[in-house]
Amino acid sequence: MRQPSEEVSATSLAESWRIQRRVIWALTLREILTRYGRHNIGFLWLFVEPMCFTTGVTALWTATKAVHGSNLPIVAFAVTGYSAVLLWRNMPFRCIGAVPSNLSLLYHRNVRPLDIYLARLILEAAGAGISFIVLVLFFHFIGWLELPEDVLEVIGGWLLLAWYGFGISLFIGALSVSSEAVEKLWHPISYLLFPLSGAAFLVDALPPLAQKVVLMLPMVHGVEILREGYFGSRITAHYDVGFMVVCNMLLTLFGLAETRKVSLTVVPE
Amino acid sequence: MIRLVDVNKMYPTQDGRVHVLCDVGLEICAGERIGILGRNGAGKSTLIRIISGAELPTSGIVQHSMSVSWPLAFGGAFQGSLTGIDNLRFICRVHGVDPEDKIDFVEDFSELGLYLREPVKSYSSGMRARLAFAISMVIEFDCFLIDEIVAVGDARFHQKCNYELFVKRGDRAMIIVSHDANYIRQHCSRAAVLSKGRLYHSDSLDEAFDFYASETAMAA
Repeated sequence: MRQPSEEVSATSLAESWRIQRRVIWALTLREILTRYGRHNIGFLWLFVEPMCFTTGVTALWTATKAVHGSNLPIVAFAVTGYSAVLLWRNMPFRCIGAVPSNLSLLYHRNVRPLDIYLARLILEAAGAGISFIVLVLFFHFIGWLELPEDVLEVIGGWLLLAWYGFGISLFIGALSVSSEAVEKLWHPISYLLFPLSGAAFLVDALPPLAQKVVLMLPMVHGVEILREGYFGSRITAHYDVGFMVVCNMLLTLFGLAETRKVSLTVVPE
Repeated sequence: MIRLVDVNKMYPTQDGRVHVLCDVGLEICAGERIGILGRNGAGKSTLIRIISGAELPTSGIVQHSMSVSWPLAFGGAFQGSLTGIDNLRFICRVHGVDPEDKIDFVEDFSELGLYLREPVKSYSSGMRARLAFAISMVIEFDCFLIDEIVAVGDARFHQKCNYELFVKRGDRAMIIVSHDANYIRQHCSRAAVLSKGRLYHSDSLDEAFDFYASETAMAA
């Protein structure tokens, strides 16, 4: 009945990777069960919930004939824009409070704060991604939306946005452990960033000065790449992949450093 | 082997940093059973968390070359909205054990019957403790951490736990932390006393008990 001892003082990198994957998988399954349970549609909420958001915004923008500075169909505009917003806006909220509410899990020594964050982020990104794909296919099926011109570029833009979401969420989530002000401030900041994030406009439609200002926000670049992939020749996109990659790397670095600080000081309850 | 070298732990408080553990050194070899005596507030729980790897020391070294359990029968890690089985599955997955083989054992040992498939928040504290103990026995560790006396359920269940732990797993290392000298005398071959954040080792059990008695008397 005894199993070989697997923890040695200097765990090899491959072994660490195996343990990490196992722990993140366990946490992800647990998260699905605690968040969605086994009642009614269960884990389908994972993408039905963001779909409701995107559909609602699409309906609202269509009804009000929202001005977005191009002749693109509003449905296509809303689906591409709001799916991007879901990534960077909801992910930090999932990380705020994630460690304090799961302190007792740290009694299992392989569970570290980073794993708790990663499990929640993977789930959030999966939900946003599946909802994007399902909505595109659904609207295409009923004839409101054409399929993207360049699928790979859409995926690329989406991945850059997801990476941005990962970085900023780790940073904000870990920072919120030591200061409650972070949570209070992130609410207004994320709200104010939404109209500037590129979800509701094309950079090309803005006056030159405004273009410069909004292009200081990394997520605008991601949305522009995603839209260029989707609409191709029909729009002129403004973006700088290098700028977004550098921003993402810096955010990831700060996020990991802040998470490490949490791991060193956290006290399991 | 588990080795702690010059371990210090400090916590920030309103009145500055509090030194909870000072230069603690400890070595446990495979199969060894060591008791750690300490009064309330001596730093026992902090020491247990640091040995288990749940918490990191402020300074010093903690080395493991054998696997260490979480504090035995610890039920705090249960998610109340999940069923007993879901909680079992989670812990098995974290430790890389196939949960499906273990359900029968937990069902049988915890005597929870159909409640195992109900949310843990509907359990009484006794039921929780039985589930926690049963799950602790599912993952095989080289060293078990025992925080306070494992007094779970009624006398008969208590017997069952003692058999499972001290007889069937008699070859494992154990670290028992308690304020009860009798419990430690029953189960340990060596004892140390934790007082005001310092860990005092002694050559024999009796010497440790005498020292602990004098410490307690001094404080009274």
